[in-house]
Amino acid sequence: MTGKTVAEKILGRAAGDIDSKAGDVIEVFPDVVMSHENTFLVNKAFEELDLEKPWAPEKIVVVLDHRSPANTVQTANAHARIREIVRRMGIGRFYDVGEGICHQLLVEKKLVTPGQLVLGADSHTTTAGAVGAFGAGIGATEMAVVWATGKTWLRVPETIKVTITGHLEKAVFPKDIALYLASKIGSSGANYKCIEFGGIFLFDISISGRMVLCNMAAEMGAKAAIVPADSTFGAWSPECPSKDSSLCTPDSDASYCKAIEIAAEDIPPIVSGPGSVELGGSVEDFAAIEIDQAFIGTCTNGRLEDLIAASWVLKGNKVVEGTRLLVAPASKTVLTDALSMGVIQTIQEAGGTILPPGCGPCLGAHEGVLAPGETCISSGNRNFKGRMGSEDASIYLASPATVAASAIKGRIEDPRRWLKVDL
Amino acid sequence: MTCEGRVWKFGDDINTDLIISGRYLDNYDESHLASHAMEGISTEFAKRVKEGDIIIAGRNFGCGSSREQAVVSLKGCGVQAIIAVSFARIFYRNAVNLGMQVYESTDAYEAFNDGDKASLDTSEGCLRASSGATEASLKEVPPHLKAIVDSGGLMPYTKFKLGIR
Repeated sequence: MTGKTVAEKILGRAAGDIDSKAGDVIEVFPDVVMSHENTFLVNKAFEELDLEKPWAPEKIVVVLDHRSPANTVQTANAHARIREIVRRMGIGRFYDVGEGICHQLLVEKKLVTPGQLVLGADSHTTTAGAVGAFGAGIGATEMAVVWATGKTWLRVPETIKVTITGHLEKAVFPKDIALYLASKIGSSGANYKCIEFGGIFLFDISISGRMVLCNMAAEMGAKAAIVPADSTFGAWSPECPSKDSSLCTPDSDASYCKAIEIAAEDIPPIVSGPGSVELGGSVEDFAAIEIDQAFIGTCTNGRLEDLIAASWVLKGNKVVEGTRLLVAPASKTVLTDALSMGVIQTIQEAGGTILPPGCGPCLGAHEGVLAPGETCISSGNRNFKGRMGSEDASIYLASPATVAASAIKGRIEDPRRWLKVDL
Repeated sequence: MTCEGRVWKFGDDINTDLIISGRYLDNYDESHLASHAMEGISTEFAKRVKEGDIIIAGRNFGCGSSREQAVVSLKGCGVQAIIAVSFARIFYRNAVNLGMQVYESTDAYEAFNDGDKASLDTSEGCLRASSGATEASLKEVPPHLKAIVDSGGLMPYTKFKLGIR
């Protein structure tokens, strides 16, 4: 018998300790299920099933983050309805307006632990792989059936092994590695697959940096992404790795459908866009592009270390006239920590505008949508045409340091000129 | 079952923001969503698409968000089937769960053009041009998914399983 990947182990466990291998279609029982504003849709379908309460309210997490605070009367109504639903159903793990982004809260509040199966009604549920959980996105109707039955089916995915060696150069971040990987394998390069990260590089980066890698895997089509258990887990939570840590460690003879190697020191700051995550290249190739808006935030790059990196670039500098810098911390905790460290003050003094914790303008609903002809550089994950407002606007993706440097110059700028120190 | 419709052809990587923009998602009404379907790539589509029409697209159709309103918007304007070289996984899952016919087929993408009239033959698993000149085979849908689509989606399928009328 050949060894198992982390995906095969976790899904086998979540199916009731069965022997599962890539390609099997199995019935799984998730440990955590999460939805956001689409809880409104989840409940609408759930009501059709004539059940009073979900199968296990304690396994449900609901977060209001996508249009938060409410952008329209319709959203406000949906928020009000969701508050009523979670109260009536006894869903205790409810995070209201301003608490933060769902994927951030799952990890930050330790609502998910290594080896668990998380199903989220959001594509970036892959982010939970940063703490050794198998996180996969599903739709709202399917979530309603999970609420009712506590189970669904999954096909056990083949796994792509991405080994990252070496160390990052100055002003280069996990986001640059992720954008490089996306440009290399493409927007469907990991479709239906799990990406399992490995290599000595992982010891260099925090849970936060690992969340960036796992989050961006969704942009390559991945079903899930996993960072296997290691000592960083122990620092994140004294209980982790638990006795089940073998669940999130691949067997040495596990079978992979593809192997990719990246040497971290070869990666420069990367910019990607517009329109596709496949259009990635060195920041120098984008240097002439003028920007109207610079945005730092999202489930990809709105964490404390992202805001710190931006503040180091911005310290003593000013956002150039004619360019807007918007910063949305990924959670209230991130905002509180950034405030106490003086990071928010630095960003404000440089001319940045702080938005409430949440998804911000990433999905084009509010808080900084783009006009026709405008250009935005964002620390988010999607540069699709029309994503942040007008279909005639352009979006480029980059690390928070590159976004901050670009805000100072009013055009896409190499962060290596501004970030002279090791973080 | 065969049913004729107009072919609407699109390219690779048609993402969920192009299918239904995030700014329309605060209104869950199907006809509202349908009126903005594919707006990011075609201003004509939502105005001219008719009941029974068929979308044919390239690789990675529906990539991006998990928003099932992408499927709802296309169902709402009468699209009977989506045939693509490949689908992004969450879109495919949502389509099955909402009872939308989805088939993988490189043949169809190569053989059909925008504006062609074609009939979907689900029992034979093929798409036939009304002119009779062209036929493309469709990849078989796995049985556990076909059962959901044939029930009309995951809700009717689950209601039947749970004995809810």
